[in-house]
Amino acid sequence: MTGTTAVKREIVLKGIPASPGIAIGSTYLFIKDVPVVEERSVSGNETEGEKVRLNHAIEKSKRELNKILLFAQEKIGEAKAKILEAQIMVLDDQVLLDAIRGRIEKECKNAEYVVNDEIGKYAALMLKAQDEYMHERAHDMDDLRHRIIRNMLQERLISKLEGSMIIIAHTLTPADTMILSRNHVLAYATDLGGITSHAALFSRSLKIPAVVGLGDISRQVNSGDIVILDGYAGHVIVNPAPEHVRDYEQKQSRMHAFEQKLTSLKDLSAETKDGHRIELSANIELADELDYVVVQGSQGVGLYRTESLLLDRDDFPSEEEQYLEYKKIVERIYPNRVIMRTFDIGGDKVAPTMAEEPNPFLGWRGIRVGLDRPELLLNQLRAMLRASTRKNLCIMFPMVTTIEEVRKAKGYVRMAKADLRARGIKYYERMPVGVMIEVPAAALMVSQIAAEVDFLSIGSNDLTQYILAVDRGNPLVAKLYREFDPSVLVTIKHIINGGHKQGIWVGICGEMAGYPLATPLLVGLGMDELSVVPAILPEIKKIIRSLDYSEMQTLATRALASTTSGEVEQLMKRFFKKNLPDIPINAD
Amino acid sequence: MIEREVTIINRSGLHTRPAATLVKTAAKFKSDFFINKDGMEINGKSIIGVMTLAAEQGAKLTLRFLGPDEEEAARCVIDLIERGFDE
Repeated sequence: MTGTTAVKREIVLKGIPASPGIAIGSTYLFIKDVPVVEERSVSGNETEGEKVRLNHAIEKSKRELNKILLFAQEKIGEAKAKILEAQIMVLDDQVLLDAIRGRIEKECKNAEYVVNDEIGKYAALMLKAQDEYMHERAHDMDDLRHRIIRNMLQERLISKLEGSMIIIAHTLTPADTMILSRNHVLAYATDLGGITSHAALFSRSLKIPAVVGLGDISRQVNSGDIVILDGYAGHVIVNPAPEHVRDYEQKQSRMHAFEQKLTSLKDLSAETKDGHRIELSANIELADELDYVVVQGSQGVGLYRTESLLLDRDDFPSEEEQYLEYKKIVERIYPNRVIMRTFDIGGDKVAPTMAEEPNPFLGWRGIRVGLDRPELLLNQLRAMLRASTRKNLCIMFPMVTTIEEVRKAKGYVRMAKADLRARGIKYYERMPVGVMIEVPAAALMVSQIAAEVDFLSIGSNDLTQYILAVDRGNPLVAKLYREFDPSVLVTIKHIINGGHKQGIWVGICGEMAGYPLATPLLVGLGMDELSVVPAILPEIKKIIRSLDYSEMQTLATRALASTTSGEVEQLMKRFFKKNLPDIPINAD
Repeated sequence: MIEREVTIINRSGLHTRPAATLVKTAAKFKSDFFINKDGMEINGKSIIGVMTLAAEQGAKLTLRFLGPDEEEAARCVIDLIERGFDE
């Protein structure tokens, strides 16, 4: 180089490939946990805008706190509920709000600066008191201050993201991913997270390339840096050399061509060479994904995660709102089937800090929440029933453990029907009701459960976690999370047998369903339906269409007789090498 | 202007709930209302201000009322404090 400008050094960071695809572009560093409050001077005529931003943030904060209170009042304990009430009262403190508005106007400062300073003053005074109680109140005021500021910054962030950017973050909550996805995000890269984190699932279903578990990328990159993100290999190249940009542009068009070729399978069914038909459907989170699902040649939606309706808002959607959303989905997919799962949320999804559970995986989640919150469940069931008149909607309950839960949940379906009848509203009387099998207790008792429902869908991620007692999000044990463990396969086989014995179909909607290496095995085990992320659907269809069902039954029998996950994996890899050499599986 | 000294008699002091009742009562009146404790003065119509006072049982407060309905405001607020917030 002859110039005096220093060339930024190229850095290659390696993480976990979370969602396939290649992105080349400019970055935006997304920081939100500790809002950084900058002090800015604004001109006299901008102060009105600052006050509007303040009002929006106050209203949004109020709705958020009310939602947490409504949802989790008795779950979080009376003391914590009181704290929330106090925070909500402060949001209504007109003396405080007038003081903040007055200062914005008089000092010509940005709203977050004044909020931070004004509420911070009170918090500092509370900290001075020689009293533990007052110290806690000071922390509450800090929480509140951060919430208001976060809401102001978020509004600003959304407006900032109007270009196509690669988002770099320490971690992304489901709510963050939802907000960001609206704004033409090119790709995501995060310090934390695993392949099954919610952000990873979400980016895969929206086909946004992502790499997670990069360690400290959020400290290595500044907003505006150019990066290459390789979601196939899990690499991020910061300040890439021009020849690397060229290489990746070529790889990008090669992969694009491969995907184009797969879409030629769009209108073909997922049928083995010897005529055994598999229902191949898609997992979705949002109605926005439907066009993509249809383009990918899906036969329906095997899992619609309705909890996404809750994530980007501060309150609960009404029956009418839900109905309109559900109606949109069933109409778009008609005549194919849509399986809607009732809200699968835990305290952590709604109130991350308020409902801390020592062991959330063994805690208040799935149908347990629904049965404890019948008004929310009934609201949702009524909305689903109203959307069922085309006869292509099925309801599914998440994380069922016991048969009593199944009966109670079905009782609420009957109640919802009675409500609608009383209101003179039409619905489909024989709308199928199924359950997710993801808890070992439910897997063991599957025949009894199958006798009371219309279908079963295996949630392989949680099932694997619970069977192997491994938290896949815990890096210390994550490598022990193996879907090919014989214990998992034997359980899956037991579930399929249990369902078939009662004459109902059995599907799988976990990650494993979209894992190419597992496809021959699942087909051979007798799975009736695979519901996968839309992005992988054509590839899975191609595999199924290359298989021979009777051979797969033999292969599955051999896998079931294996003693380790390593043996099963080797068996599958050898099978692919020999029979399907052109499928790009994630071989080491 | 009316100025009066009062003592907090209820057990939990001016903690969140009594503070909220106090603010709500004061808000019914047009008059300004200030509370002074050990030299710190806050607006008695502000919940965050009242909470910041950290007034325990036995705390001595000076109340100031200023405005067209100051007499009635003073009567209602002082009555509430002297009743111990009906705890």
